[in-house]
Amino acid sequence: MILTVIAGGTLFTLMGKNPLEAIRVIFLDPIFNDTVASYTRPQILVKAAPLVMIALGLSYGFRANIWNIGAEGQYIIGALAGASVGLALYPSEAFWLLPLMGLAGIVGGLVWALIPALLKIYFRTNEILVSLMLVYVAINLLSGLVTGILRSPIGFNFPESRSFHALASTHNDELIAGTGMHFGVFFMLGLVIFCYWILKRHIFGFQVTLSGQAPRAAKFAGINPNLMIVLCLGISGSLAGLAGLLEVTGPAGKLTTTFPVGYGFTAIIVAFLGRLHPLGILLAGLLMAITYIGGELAQFMIGLPAAAILVFQGMLLFFLLATDILVNFRMRWNTQSKNRSRIARPS
Amino acid sequence: MIDLSSISLVTLFASILVASTPILLAATGEMIVEKSGVLNLGVEGMMIIGAVCGFIGAVKTGSPLVGAIVGMTGGAILSLVFAVITQYLLGNQVASGLALTLFGLGLASLLGTEFTGIRPPPMPKLDIPILSDLPVIGEILFIHDPILYVGLILPPVLWWFFRASRTGLIVRAVGENHEAAHAIGYNVRMIRVTAIMVGGGCAGLGGAYLSLVRVPQWTEGMTAGAGWIALAIVVFASWKPWRVLLGAWLFGGLSLLQLNLQAAGVAIGVEYLSMSPYIATILVLILLSSRRYRHQAQAPSCLGKSFHPTL
Amino acid sequence: MAFTLPIEVAAEPLKVGFVYVGPIGDYGWTHEHDIGRQAVEEALGDKVETSYAESVPEGADAERVMTQMALSGHKLIYTTSFGYMDPTINVAEKFPNVKFEHATGFKRAPNVSTYSARFYEGRTVIGHIAGHMTETNVVGYIASFPIPEVVRGINSAYLAAKKVNPDVEFKIVWVFTWFDPAKEADAARALIDQGADVIMQHTDSPAAMTIAEESGIYAFGQASDMAQFGPTARLSSIIDDWSPYYIERTKAVIDGTWEMTDTWHGIKEGMVAIGAFSDRIPADVQASATAIKEAIVAGTMHSFEGPINRQDGTVWLKEGERADDGVLLGMNFYVEGIEGDIPQ
Repeated sequence: MILTVIAGGTLFTLMGKNPLEAIRVIFLDPIFNDTVASYTRPQILVKAAPLVMIALGLSYGFRANIWNIGAEGQYIIGALAGASVGLALYPSEAFWLLPLMGLAGIVGGLVWALIPALLKIYFRTNEILVSLMLVYVAINLLSGLVTGILRSPIGFNFPESRSFHALASTHNDELIAGTGMHFGVFFMLGLVIFCYWILKRHIFGFQVTLSGQAPRAAKFAGINPNLMIVLCLGISGSLAGLAGLLEVTGPAGKLTTTFPVGYGFTAIIVAFLGRLHPLGILLAGLLMAITYIGGELAQFMIGLPAAAILVFQGMLLFFLLATDILVNFRMRWNTQSKNRSRIARPS
Repeated sequence: MIDLSSISLVTLFASILVASTPILLAATGEMIVEKSGVLNLGVEGMMIIGAVCGFIGAVKTGSPLVGAIVGMTGGAILSLVFAVITQYLLGNQVASGLALTLFGLGLASLLGTEFTGIRPPPMPKLDIPILSDLPVIGEILFIHDPILYVGLILPPVLWWFFRASRTGLIVRAVGENHEAAHAIGYNVRMIRVTAIMVGGGCAGLGGAYLSLVRVPQWTEGMTAGAGWIALAIVVFASWKPWRVLLGAWLFGGLSLLQLNLQAAGVAIGVEYLSMSPYIATILVLILLSSRRYRHQAQAPSCLGKSFHPTL
Repeated sequence: MAFTLPIEVAAEPLKVGFVYVGPIGDYGWTHEHDIGRQAVEEALGDKVETSYAESVPEGADAERVMTQMALSGHKLIYTTSFGYMDPTINVAEKFPNVKFEHATGFKRAPNVSTYSARFYEGRTVIGHIAGHMTETNVVGYIASFPIPEVVRGINSAYLAAKKVNPDVEFKIVWVFTWFDPAKEADAARALIDQGADVIMQHTDSPAAMTIAEESGIYAFGQASDMAQFGPTARLSSIIDDWSPYYIERTKAVIDGTWEMTDTWHGIKEGMVAIGAFSDRIPADVQASATAIKEAIVAGTMHSFEGPINRQDGTVWLKEGERADDGVLLGMNFYVEGIEGDIPQ
C-alpha cells in the first residue's frame, strides 16, 4: 500500500501534478471531502455492492480449487433473464414483479454457471476456459437482444431496452432517500455476515476448504467432488446473476450494449485481495470502489487523465497481490510443513 | 440483389491473412506461456502496450521494422512485471493477469497522448519476385509485409519446437508437471519467466502490427478486445500450434466475412455470427475431453498453478 | 486555494463540467467536444473554470459523475453522449440550480437543454461530391447503429449523390460500434473489395481514412478533419464544431440569461462545418458544392425536399415539400433507390 502510494506519487509528479494532492483526492476525498462526501460515502457502498456480491460467490469456488472466471457472463445473463421477465410482463405494476425478476436473475446466472459445472463433471473440461468463453457468448447475446427483440419501442432504435425506472414495480429504487443505496447494498452486507457464518460455523465452509486443500482427504470424508463443483459454481453464478439484475433495475436503469463494465472480472481481483475471506472481500470491494470514485473526482478536480488512474489502480493491485501472497504464504509454511510438496496450488 | 459472386475470394483470403495476424501473434505467444503452465490473462494489456510502443518507435525512428521491435520489447517488459509477481512473489495468476490488463491499457494511453493524429511510416511490402506473380496463391500469400510472415512461420516452428527440440520438451515438462521437472533439476521459474516474456513479446508484436499495418494509426483503446480473442484461440486450438493458425483465421475470418457479406448486400445476424467461434471453442473442449481424444492434447496439467521450489 | 487568489477577484469563475463518453484522444467525437471545451476556456478566460471526466460509461457511473460535479460546485454541465440522457434528467432534478446541456437527446427539463447538429446537411454536400467523384459508381458507407441520425445521414448523402449521378449505388456496412479502429478498417477494406472508390463513414475513428489512403481511393473526414490521415485520399470532411455553441451557452449562464432550449443547428450556425475541399475535386464540382452549401445556409435548399419516395416506392414528400423535423428525428426508413434493409 505504501509502495503504491510512493510509486503512484512518482507517476503523478512525472505528469506534473502534486502527488500528495492526487493521492488525497483519490483515497480520502470520497470519504472526507466536505462538498461531495455526503453523496460519495453511500455511493462507495453502491459501487461496491455488485463487486462484493460476486466476489463472495466466487470465493467458495476459489477455496475449493474451482475456477469460475466467467462471472461477467453470469452477471450479464442474470440481468438479461431478469430484465426479459420484466419486459415480457410490461406494463405490469404487480408488487411481486421485482422479486420475480430477481428470481429470474438468480436462475439466469445459475444456468450460465452450471454449463461449465456440468461440462466439467461429464466431460472434464476446464472450467476456467469454458466460463471465460461463455462471457463472450453472453456479451454477444446481450447486444443481439438489445438491438433486437428487447429494444425499446419508444427509443428511436437506439440499442437499449425500456427503462426499468419508469414503473415502480420494476425499479430497484434507493431505500434511503438521497443516498442511492438500493437493495443490493443491504444484500451485500447481509451476505458478508452470512458467508462469515458459513465459513466459520457451518460444515459447508469446512468442506469447501478441505476440498481445496486436500482433495483426497475430502473424498475420504465423504464429500462428493461433483456436488462440490455444482455447488461452488452454482453459488457464484446465482450471486452474479442477482447482482446483474439488481444493477440493471437499479443504478443502470436499462439494458444497453454498454451495460457490462467488467464487474465480473474486477470481482476476481476483489476476491483475491480479500484473501477469499468475507470481511476481507468487503474491505477489498470498498477499496476498489473508493479508487473508482476517487479516480473520477481526481479527473475533474485536479485534471488527472482517466488513463493515469487506470495505471494507478493496476499498480495498487500488483503491490497488494504481491505482498498479500507473501503474508499468506508464510502462514501456510508454518501450519502445513508436512504438506510442503502439495503447496503448488493455484493461489 | 444478393450477389455472392461479387466477393472476390482471393482478396478476401488476402484480407483475412492481414486481419488475423495480430490475434495470431498474440495467441501463439499465449500458447507458449500456457505450455509452460502459466495462465496470463493480461494479453490485452500487453498487446496495447505493443501497439503504442511500436507506433512510437516507428514514428521516432522512421522505420516501421524498428517500431515492430520496440513494440515487441514493450510487450516483453510489461510481461516481466507479471512474471515477477506470479513466479517470485507467487501472486495469483488470474488476478495478476487481469491487473496487468488494467495497467497496460492505462499506461498505453498515457504514453500515446502525444502520438494521436499522426500517420506512421508505411510498412514495406515484401514483393517476392516470381512467387507474387503466381495466380491466386501469389495474390493471397505473397503480397504482404514481413511481420505477417513472422506470424505464419511461428506455428510450424513451434510445432517442431514442442515436438522435437530438447528445450521445447523441457518447457512442456514444466507445464505438465513442475514438481517432476524441478526434481530432475530444471529451473522451473527461469523457464516460466522466459516463456512469459516470449509470450509478452509476441503479444507486443501483434499489437504493433495493429497500429503499424492493420489500422495503421494510434488511438486509445484500439485493441478493442483482440487480446481476449487471442486467449480464446489458444483454447480453441487445444494448445496445438497448427490449430492456433487455423483458429486465428477462423476468428479473424468470421468477423471479416460478415462485413464482406454486408458489403455484398447480404443481411445476417451480426451478433449470432460473432458468438459462434466461442461456442465452437467450447464444443472443441468437449470433443477433446471425450474418451476418444482424451489421450490427445489437453490443457497443460499445471496450467495456472503457482510453483515454488521446495529445496 | 483561497489564500492564493488575489483579493481583487470579485466574482468566482463559473465552474463548467464536461462528461465525455470516450477518451479525449479518440480523434473523433470526444476529441471535438474537448476542443469545444478548450475554446470556452480561451474565449471566456478567467470567467470560467472548466473540467472534464473522460471515458465515463453510460448509465450508473455517468449519473454519479454528474452528481459529483454538481456537488463540487459546477454550475453548468455538458453531457456529451446520447446514453447520458436519463442520468442527466435524474441529476438535473436533484440540482435545480445547476444548468445541464445534453447532446443529441430528446428529453428536456427546466434546467436541461438539448443540442445536436444537423450533420445531414453536411452529408448533402459530401454526397454531392461523392456522386461526382466516384468512377465505379459505388460509394461505400460505414454505419454504426441503425438509429435515426445514422439513417438520416445515409439518406441525405444518397439523395445528393443520386441527383448528380443516377447510376450511383451505396453499399452499406453496419459495424455496430462507434469506435473500433480495427473493425472500421476491415469494413473499409471489405467495401473497397466490393468496388467502392469513395468511402463515407459514420463512426468515430480515422481508421477508414488511412485505409482509403493506402488503397488509393477517396474518403471524407468525419467529426474531425482527419487530413493528416489521408493527405491524398481526403476529399473534404464534416467537422463537428461545438465551440460557438459552447461559448454562447456558457456566456448565457454567466450573464444569467440561460434558458431551456432545444437546439438543432446546422451549417448556417456553424455547428456543422465542411472541411476545405481537396484540389483533386474539379473546380466546377467545388463550385457546385459550395453553391449547395450556400443554398442550405440561405435556406433556399433543404436536404430533404420532394419529390422523394420511400424505399418501397410509396410517396414520402410531394414535389416541393420539405421534411419536417419530427419525421427526420425518428427517421427509420431508407429512401427509394438504396438497396438492402436497415437491420432490425
